[in-house]
Amino acid sequence: MRKALTFVVPVVMAGSAHAGGLELTVEIPKLSVSEYHRPYVAIWIEDKDKKIAANLSVWYAVHLKDDEGEKWLKDIRQWWRRTGRGLDMPLDGVSSPTKPPGANKVEFKSDSGPLAKLAPGDYTLIVEASREVGGKEMVEIPFTWAPGAEAVASAKGKEELGAVTLKLVK
Amino acid sequence: MKTFAKRCITAVALATLMVGTANAHRAWFVPSSTVVSGDNAWVTIDGAVSNNLFFPDHRPMQIAQISVTAPDGKPIQIANATVGQYRTTFDIKLEQKGTYRIAQANTGLNASYKEGAETKRWRGTMAEYVAQGIDKKPGVELTATSRRVETFVTNGAPSEIKSTAKGLELVAGPTHPNDLYSGEEATFKMLDNGKPAANVEVTLIQGGDRYRAQAGEVKLKTGADGTLKLKLENAGMYWLEAESKGKTTLEGKTLNSQSTYVAVLEVLPG
Repeated sequence: MRKALTFVVPVVMAGSAHAGGLELTVEIPKLSVSEYHRPYVAIWIEDKDKKIAANLSVWYAVHLKDDEGEKWLKDIRQWWRRTGRGLDMPLDGVSSPTKPPGANKVEFKSDSGPLAKLAPGDYTLIVEASREVGGKEMVEIPFTWAPGAEAVASAKGKEELGAVTLKLVK
Repeated sequence: MKTFAKRCITAVALATLMVGTANAHRAWFVPSSTVVSGDNAWVTIDGAVSNNLFFPDHRPMQIAQISVTAPDGKPIQIANATVGQYRTTFDIKLEQKGTYRIAQANTGLNASYKEGAETKRWRGTMAEYVAQGIDKKPGVELTATSRRVETFVTNGAPSEIKSTAKGLELVAGPTHPNDLYSGEEATFKMLDNGKPAANVEVTLIQGGDRYRAQAGEVKLKTGADGTLKLKLENAGMYWLEAESKGKTTLEGKTLNSQSTYVAVLEVLPG
């Protein structure tokens, strides 16, 4: 993700028409369990037909040697089914290390990366978490994607995810 | 007493013959995962014939007849095979992306004929059938049998399941057997010798029947085009069995055909 952000900066400075985008805050709850591993989390956008419209992020154990962390990607089950299994991981700008408990903020620019090809319309943002020796949870936020529009929407998970906030910025 | 016991055994044996392959013992392969990811994917597989699903409590699967077919259609070697008292265990490495088929399949010829009041059973090849004069026996009935027990494991995205064109089998139609989720309707296709298997009876039982008073068998039937539709509300491992009977021709002879098929399918939480 760090790589993607440094790439995005010069584009923004070049003065693109719509330099806004999508700001996400994904809260990972602090859990009091005897064996804790940070969850694998996938974030994507689906259209009305549940077809993948944009793959935003996958947080998993990217640092392990021989891509060992990919072994558990199939446990982010809905993401795996809808898009993951057809991808050649790691995916540049999408693959990223797991995140610690707390509010994790990620930003996507509308004129680059996965959002650049997103046509205006109604979509659902999906955040799915799967934790080793833990549970699984999916949080969905419907939203309308229109260039230049501003909006805030949020939803809350119960077990594996806390508050998820989606902010569309100009 | 002895004759009574003997009579009982004969009665049981006859009953077994009459129901054919639909006996209580259930053959199965259960993989440790049906869906895998990553570049170093292995699964370990148990194979057994048991009463309870999927607890090995009767016989191990015979290892000689096990075949594993990779997504490219070629056979691959199994690793770390062990035949235990109750189950056979082996591993496979999934080096290709796509769907692997783990199967035990066999075909054969059976005949029954009368010798006085007694019904005799025979098993062999077509050449032996003629050479031994079985074809001339009174009341002879020749049956070509086919049996396939299998399961599927997919590395990455599911790939096409190519028909073997031998006996009964299940293929995607369009639902893939490694793409099943609770609460969603799945549509498969059943084939018999590569052609749509119409009006075939299918039995479905969820694993873990040991913990239920009733197994909760679901009886289904394929459509005229071999389509099999099912919707399972509970995620879990399922045992599917199908059987078909009909006529076939072999080396210019018309004979009975009997085909049985078993697949273990995993339904994931939707």
